[in-house]
Amino acid sequence: MRDIKDPIETEQQEWKKQQNQNRLKTWLTIFSPVCLLLVWEFLSQSGLIDARFFPPPTAIVSTFIELLTSGELFHHINISLFRIGFGFLLGVIPGILIGLCMGLYAPIRHFISPIIMALMPIPTIALLPIILIIFGIGEVSKVVTIAGSVFFPVVINTVAGVISIDSIYLDVAKNYGASRKDFFLKIALPGSLPVMLEGIQMGQAIALLTIVAAEMMGATSGIGYLIWTSYSAFLLKEMFVGLILISFFGYIFSLLLRGLQRKLVPWR
Amino acid sequence: MSSKPKISIQDLTKVFYKKDNSVTALENISLNIEDGEFVCLVGPSGCGKTTLLRILAGLENQSSGEFTIEPGDEDRPSQSMVFQERGILPWMTVEENVAFGLEMRHLPKAIVKERTAYFLNKVGLGKFAKMYPNELSGGMKQRVSIARAFANDPEILLMDEPFGALDEQNKYILQEELLSIWSETKKTVLFITHSIDEALYLSDRVLLMSAQPGKIVAEMKIDLPRPRKLEDFRSNPEMASKFLAIWRHLQVEVQGSRL
Ligand SMILES: Nc1ncnc2c1ncn2[C@@H]1O[C@H](COP(=O)(O)OP(=O)(O)O)[C@@H](O)[C@H]1O
Ligand SMILES: [Mg+2]
Repeated sequence: MRDIKDPIETEQQEWKKQQNQNRLKTWLTIFSPVCLLLVWEFLSQSGLIDARFFPPPTAIVSTFIELLTSGELFHHINISLFRIGFGFLLGVIPGILIGLCMGLYAPIRHFISPIIMALMPIPTIALLPIILIIFGIGEVSKVVTIAGSVFFPVVINTVAGVISIDSIYLDVAKNYGASRKDFFLKIALPGSLPVMLEGIQMGQAIALLTIVAAEMMGATSGIGYLIWTSYSAFLLKEMFVGLILISFFGYIFSLLLRGLQRKLVPWR
Repeated sequence: MSSKPKISIQDLTKVFYKKDNSVTALENISLNIEDGEFVCLVGPSGCGKTTLLRILAGLENQSSGEFTIEPGDEDRPSQSMVFQERGILPWMTVEENVAFGLEMRHLPKAIVKERTAYFLNKVGLGKFAKMYPNELSGGMKQRVSIARAFANDPEILLMDEPFGALDEQNKYILQEELLSIWSETKKTVLFITHSIDEALYLSDRVLLMSAQPGKIVAEMKIDLPRPRKLEDFRSNPEMASKFLAIWRHLQVEVQGSRL
């Protein structure tokens, strides 16, 4: 005899199973870095890997706390965040504006595109010597270096975003008599926003790469400087603190940008 | 009734020119549409229906000939188009989409609000006002598109196969709804379809088009009394014979264009 099941109950169990699976996935996501740290700790403590090159995470944490209480770390973090923040804005804002103009007006696009294509493959870091000559060794040169590397993915994605707007939306705007300003604000900007934000996300990742490299080469403070001088003095625990900080900030920035994306693109 | 037609088109021709080959999409189209008339344009695909509508909608320029849309007494936009369902803007809520035309004309907030709410309710989307289009079904999206055009209160409405992508059931429901809104506003409508049934059910007059080059080859008055119920329309023998007449005509056209 077949037992007759309550359909709602069946679905409820199915739903619970799904929920459990989702919870498991969340746990796995949290567990994986913890797992890595545990393995690292064990290998380092047991001498299976050289603790001079890979100090155990617990030792790194205590170094972190030391640096934190001495106030030295705050100084490096502050200065790096300041450079990233300003450099990011200085790259993103012109990137969006120039990108929108290029996307909307074909002559501007055709005029500027070759210049951007020519400059894009050059790593901004390779231009650092020139930037240092022009802007000096002060803060401006770091900010400009970051801005330069953030600008390209943003401008390219903004152009792509505008061009990818379905032509039927342009027809709708025209048919309903949208003015130039309304077209810009109600069609071009929101229409290109999703792709543009992908570019900004990319720019954020590049900003972190650039700040570390720039501070290694031409700075006397910042997380990159901390990494480089610690390495030079063979203070690998201090170096790892710097590396982990970069990883941490990368994670935080992505989270912030994802949050912003959800706010700005609620229709997705 | 004024003696002047609402839409008058004279010798409209459109040629698409591309390197070494040109397509005459429309050739010497002349027609008049009276104020308040609901006219359907039927023809095989590729015969230039969309091109004609896009010219009237100001989205394309004719190669020669001219057309006029008679202005009314009030200050209104001359035409609004009901686009296909993917023509609603995904980044605006249902409400913002319906208000789009009014916002573009920068009408006072209160008027925009009132008219938007009125037409939202008319198409039964009052409850969905704050939703984004990606949460809506195809039929609901098309309702948004219709509400947007009617809310804009234009002299004439242009519709390009608005129900083409809908399933049968939804199509009938929307056709009835369209007729009910239309009968209240008495707008002049030019409606494109490739469905003979749809044309017969909706219109006062059906225009038949031929392909390559697109021309108007016949017209037929549909004097079925309004309001029309789908049931009455279906059981009317006269409609059956009109259906067949159009069917034969189009068959000749389609076969002709295959040669
Ligand atoms: N932008 C265009 N460029 C070139 N040819 C076009 C263009 N738009 C339409 N056509 C041609 O004009 C003819 C009529 O097209 P269309 O008006 O879309 O027909 P329908 O809407 O009746 O299916 C077709 O042969 C089509 O290929
Ligand atoms: Mg068409």
